[in-house]
Amino acid sequence: MNDIALETKNLVKNFGAVTAAKDVSIAVPAGAVWSLIGSNGAGKTTFVNMVTGYLHPDSGQILFQGRDITRLGPRTITRAGICRSFQIPQLCGELTTIENVLVAHAINRSATPSFFRRANETEEMGRALALLERFKIAEYRNRLMGELPAGVRKLLDIAMAMTGEPKVILLDEPTSGVATEEKFPIMDLVMEALSAEGVTTLFVEHDMEIVTRYSERVLAFYDGRIIANDAPNEVLSDPQVQRYVTGTPLTAS
Amino acid sequence: MEKSPVLVAAVTLTGLIVLGFALPDWAQFLMTIALAKGLVSLGIVAGMRCGVVSFGQGLYFCLGAYTAGLMSRWTGVTDVFLLTFLSVIVAGGVGVIFGPLLSRYRGIFFAMLSLSLSMILFGALAKTTSLGGTDGVNVAAPTFAGYAPEGGALATALYLFIVTVTVIIGTVMRIVFDSQSGLVSLAVRSNELRVEYLGSSANGIVAVSYVIAAILGGVGGVVTALAIGHVDPEYAFWTTSGEFVFVAILAGYLSIPAVFVASIVLEVVRSFSNLYFPNTWQLVLGVFLLVVILVRPDGIGSIKLWRRRESAGAAEPSA
Repeated sequence: MNDIALETKNLVKNFGAVTAAKDVSIAVPAGAVWSLIGSNGAGKTTFVNMVTGYLHPDSGQILFQGRDITRLGPRTITRAGICRSFQIPQLCGELTTIENVLVAHAINRSATPSFFRRANETEEMGRALALLERFKIAEYRNRLMGELPAGVRKLLDIAMAMTGEPKVILLDEPTSGVATEEKFPIMDLVMEALSAEGVTTLFVEHDMEIVTRYSERVLAFYDGRIIANDAPNEVLSDPQVQRYVTGTPLTAS
Repeated sequence: MEKSPVLVAAVTLTGLIVLGFALPDWAQFLMTIALAKGLVSLGIVAGMRCGVVSFGQGLYFCLGAYTAGLMSRWTGVTDVFLLTFLSVIVAGGVGVIFGPLLSRYRGIFFAMLSLSLSMILFGALAKTTSLGGTDGVNVAAPTFAGYAPEGGALATALYLFIVTVTVIIGTVMRIVFDSQSGLVSLAVRSNELRVEYLGSSANGIVAVSYVIAAILGGVGGVVTALAIGHVDPEYAFWTTSGEFVFVAILAGYLSIPAVFVASIVLEVVRSFSNLYFPNTWQLVLGVFLLVVILVRPDGIGSIKLWRRRESAGAAEPSA
């Protein structure tokens, strides 16, 4: 078995004159938890979009468990075992919380969901409810998306991605837009669930406390390049990272 | 407790059969046409559940109707069951060809592309004299597995046929709408990106709904042609497609019975408006639709769902 879950080799992506990815190469071991940091426009989300098939690199290669997935689309990549959540949670606004999970389960059971199996049959409802309870959002099961707090939407977005039993998951800013006091409880819940399943995790994050607490390794992006790739403390003390990403403390002149 | 769809179907079928014998001839005919056209609108509703509105269901309505007309003219086949089966094959086959193409488009592009296909058929039929040109073709009186009724008995037999077909199709569609696939259709309407990132094809789901709509259009067309006894290219004209969309909007995408109620309302309003305001009946229809859109933007079928959501929310603890 290949110990490297996800590998990218020399990824390049240009949008006109703007280069969003320059020679991005990483190798993520199975079961690892890595974070991606960088200022806005550094190329983090472009990287996530390329790995999950929303964008295709201009050149370079993406390997998932040794298999080339560079040119595959989101659907195929998801079914292969790479799932994602979004910075702005992508939920079905006209459906309730539990209906969103039922949709996810129905699709994960088969790419062509059954025309005759009831969506809300007891077994399916039980599975959906169990997932909501695992993420502690079961009390919102009959709420429409517009009625949900931001933290619940984030958790539901991640819970739906988890229904695919992914081998690799990419979380795009899992705590953005969430109240400060909710950030750690949300991350605790998510990381506990991912760890229990042994899912290789990459998450994009701007909060350095979250990065330090939850990731084993940090990739710092700047101008489409990875400028640091090391343990959190090493990366956060890197002068280049401090200059371009985290900023340096103000000192009296 | 939720009612069994089969039980609901049996009760509805019995009620409609009894109603048919109680109705005067003109009302029985009106019901036959309304239910047949309601099937076509039900197909549009299947598309609306995925977020697309076909403005060209006249294409399949016309294909079903011409299947009946040409088969009786060329081969002498008049059996209503065989003609319906053939219309399903023809309309469904054409739907399978165009479905994957149209499913790549959304919004106004989907609507206009579907309309253009319908208008191509209209133009082709109008210019093809061997198919009757603008005059169309007459359709022979149908037979029912060897039974050949005439006059009032024929109208009643056709009414019973469309009632049975409507209840069967309505029940199957209820099961499909309540199924996992039906729920995923609503997800496509709501957020295609999420559906793709869960591993399913939004375009594929739209294409399947289009083929279902094509089949329902064909069935509606064959029954209408048999009831009227004549088909012409107007079946594919844009105003015909517009009527189906009118009914679908009036009904909304949330209820199947609402589609047939809306279709009956349209036929009743049209009949009486034609009688009392022969030159301005479209005005009456327009005002009626305006009122429904203002009062019930999701159509008359939304009333039941609105109550369900409200009660579900009320039972929840506060956030």
